[in-house]
Amino acid sequence: MPPRSASKPSKKRSNPDSVTSSATGPVPSASSKKKASKEVDGTDKLFDKYANASSGVIDPEGIEKLCSSLEVPHTDIRILMLAWRMKAERQGYFTKGEWRIGLKALKVDTIGKLKKALPELEKEVREPLNFRDFYAYAFQYCLTEDKQKFLDTETICQLLDMVLGSTFRAQVDYLIDYLKIQKDYKVISMDQWRGFCRFCNEISFPDMTNYNLELAWPSILDDFFEWLREKQA
Amino acid sequence: SLSFKMERKTIDLDQGWDYMQTGITKLKRILEGLPEPQFDSEQYMMLYTTIYNMCTQKPPHDYSQQLYDKYREAFEEYIHSTVLPALREKHDEYMLRELVKRWSNHKVMVRWLSRFFYYLDRYFIARRSLPPLNEVGLTCFRDLVYNELHSKVKDAVIALVDKEREGEQIDRALLKNVLDIYVEIGMGQMERYEEDFESFMLLDSASYYSRKASSWIQEDSCPDYMLKSEECLKKERERVAHYLHSSSEPKLVEKVQHELLVVYANQLLEKEHSGCRALLRDDKVDDLSRMYRLYHKIVKGLEPVANIFKQHVTAEGNALVQQAEDTATNHAANTASVQEQVLIRKVIELHDKYMVYVVECFQNHTLFHKALKEAFEIFCNKTVAGSSSAELLATFCDNILKKGGSEKLSDEAIEDTLEKVVKLLAYISDKDLFAEFYRKKLARRLLFDRSANDDHERSILTKLKQQCGGQFTSKMEGMVTDLTLARENQNSFEEYLGNNPAANPGIDLTVTVLTTGFWPSYKSFDINLPAEMVKCVEVFKGFYETKTKHRKLTWIYSLGTCHLNGKFDTKPIELVVSTYQAAVLLLFNTTDKLSYTDILTQLNLSHEDLVRLLHSLSCARYKILLKEPSTKTVSQSDSFEFNSKFTDRMRRIKIPLPPVDERKKVVEDVDKDRRYAIDAAIVRIMKSRKVLGHQQLVSECVEQLSRMFKPDIKAIKKRMEDLITRDYLERDKENPNMFRYLA
Repeated sequence: MPPRSASKPSKKRSNPDSVTSSATGPVPSASSKKKASKEVDGTDKLFDKYANASSGVIDPEGIEKLCSSLEVPHTDIRILMLAWRMKAERQGYFTKGEWRIGLKALKVDTIGKLKKALPELEKEVREPLNFRDFYAYAFQYCLTEDKQKFLDTETICQLLDMVLGSTFRAQVDYLIDYLKIQKDYKVISMDQWRGFCRFCNEISFPDMTNYNLELAWPSILDDFFEWLREKQA
Repeated sequence: SLSFKMERKTIDLDQGWDYMQTGITKLKRILEGLPEPQFDSEQYMMLYTTIYNMCTQKPPHDYSQQLYDKYREAFEEYIHSTVLPALREKHDEYMLRELVKRWSNHKVMVRWLSRFFYYLDRYFIARRSLPPLNEVGLTCFRDLVYNELHSKVKDAVIALVDKEREGEQIDRALLKNVLDIYVEIGMGQMERYEEDFESFMLLDSASYYSRKASSWIQEDSCPDYMLKSEECLKKERERVAHYLHSSSEPKLVEKVQHELLVVYANQLLEKEHSGCRALLRDDKVDDLSRMYRLYHKIVKGLEPVANIFKQHVTAEGNALVQQAEDTATNHAANTASVQEQVLIRKVIELHDKYMVYVVECFQNHTLFHKALKEAFEIFCNKTVAGSSSAELLATFCDNILKKGGSEKLSDEAIEDTLEKVVKLLAYISDKDLFAEFYRKKLARRLLFDRSANDDHERSILTKLKQQCGGQFTSKMEGMVTDLTLARENQNSFEEYLGNNPAANPGIDLTVTVLTTGFWPSYKSFDINLPAEMVKCVEVFKGFYETKTKHRKLTWIYSLGTCHLNGKFDTKPIELVVSTYQAAVLLLFNTTDKLSYTDILTQLNLSHEDLVRLLHSLSCARYKILLKEPSTKTVSQSDSFEFNSKFTDRMRRIKIPLPPVDERKKVVEDVDKDRRYAIDAAIVRIMKSRKVLGHQQLVSECVEQLSRMFKPDIKAIKKRMEDLITRDYLERDKENPNMFRYLA
């Protein structure tokens, strides 16, 4: 396992089941050493183009550069998907190890190929099993402090828009409205976050006739439901 | 030896039968009441022997079969020639009498003839598996007489029954005899009685009472109707005892009950001016007892009565609560709190009153205990003028237990009241809230020596423990124990001072050490104490450290009391004040006049607290300090001066501080404790069940906590989510309504 750079903080994961943990670098096997090293070379060169020379990682500035190279807005979900593929641990940064994992998984080593691989990546992520993992990852990725378990509602609103907005436009719009108006919840937990996705997938909208207050929906969704019902009346 | 040889001459059938016929004819004459001597033993023997011989003769002269047939024919002939004609020409009661007579005769005839023909019973019928003579005889009557007449008879009987119902006298013995026929003719089975008589009688009874009920229900009041019903049921039972078969009783009673009480139950109970509600309102104990008696025997009959009872008690309770609420909004604060105490008294009285109903009118039936309980649970949990019932009850207890509270009452009366108060607690869902208010008030009584009677204090704790469990009272008991220990401790402290004169602070000092955890939490902030007090604190600390090494003392000055000597111009007066008030006053020993800000800085208090203190010393009843300007409230620009001109007729006065409203804090503390309690319950349940569905977890949680409070479902949900975030629980991957315990 390649040594981690000193500047990278270690993070504790609280949900070991859904989100993958530490980054491991590829270990070239003896037989394919030559080919592998060539691949790694190309990937590494690409890495160096965006990385910060002194810190040795791609930092937020580098990511912005990457985004413009890919012709993708910096807040686009595809960057998040890429981070997921890389199993990136820290928001706004890609390590060399993570970079290698991601690009190897996508089988690309140039910026052009990477750009072309994005639609494929998106399709892969949207497969139900992957999406579940990706969705939880999105939350986890935004946690910046050690032992942090909650995200503020503003971040959640942005995340909702980014991650679920294209598939569940109506629900997301109302959820965001509600989150902005309500005063009871200042932060959102992973369980509540997961609840939002489940809600969008399972509850018919906007009638919500199959929503049941007696079930174990997170209370914030019970409150959302009652708020929306009142609005509709 | 003698040999005995009997020569029997063979009896010819016709010959033999002729002879038998004489006997039968004689019997018939006796039955008809004609002058005819009874059979003597020789005649009987001859008849019997004739049959015997004719049966034991050698074939072709063994006439058993023929004799068997002729036996039956004898009855048939008699019935056709004499019995039926006699019956057919009579009607109604006359017919009934005739029938009874003819049946009685028939039985006699069967008895005698079967004796004559007895030998057939011995061997012939068994060999041929034929009905025995007795049965043959009865069957004849049944087939020829009974089958023809039973319907007519039934009509006649029912007519008489209805006649009796209308108040006329009838011949009950006659009816009994008639109905006995139905029973006997069944020959061991009740079918004939049931099908040929009883079923019709029940239908007739039902329609009779249906007619009566439909007019009574319009005309009569509820009590009158019930009286009539009770009377009818009594009469019908008597009827059964006198002439119906006992097996008819439950069926008949059921029919009568149905027509009178079940069909019109709703109209009866809900009668506007005399129904159940009105009876309760007017305390008509006898009528209600009757209602209970009547409806008790009907399946689900008591449910509507219990329901009306529950509604009535609830309404009465609600009215009391409303009354208290109205008085509180219309009057000043003082009278309002008195009203609230009056409310508790009235609620206790209400409970006593209706418990008597439950026990006496309603015979302790569980349905009514339940109704009473549910009614009380409804209005006992209402808020009055912002105070929860838990608080009201705790205040009520405080008023009884404190000095000057209930000294007029005897010990027994107090005990009795305490007993009733504890019973009332059972209806209050927020028991934990009561406990906290009670604890706070108990603390004040104990610390300011305001408890009237130690025995009563202990007694109520025992009662609370019995009703709510040891955990409920453990802290309170600890508090009482602390006080006892404190007294002992004070003695040691005084001894210590005696032995260490240098340590003596020069002021009489009494310290009460409280065990944290038993006592309510008190906030205490670091006021700058006057030097004299600082010394006291140090001295005690020194003493305390000689006794234990590992305990930390936190001083709660807000609970302290000081006695100051006020050297006023007219006369010296002892002032009993709180420690804080003393700290303020002692400042004036060194300076004549101080501004608000001076005092604030010197004592290091918050504005809120200082205003309160200064108000009590300069704007209330006793003006120890003069305030400039002498407005009614304290403002930050005021200045203060010692009022040397102050005087009072008493030599010692207490200057009270208005109590801080503890309600808000109590509610906050209880809410906090509830969150922990819910967490603990959830974890406990999940630890033992490992996996559990949401609804089940919630309901088990509610059940576990119900002894102390009624948890809000939303609150439980929120705690569950918190426990998920804290990794105590997780949702099942396949089913998000299912939870797993994480070890």
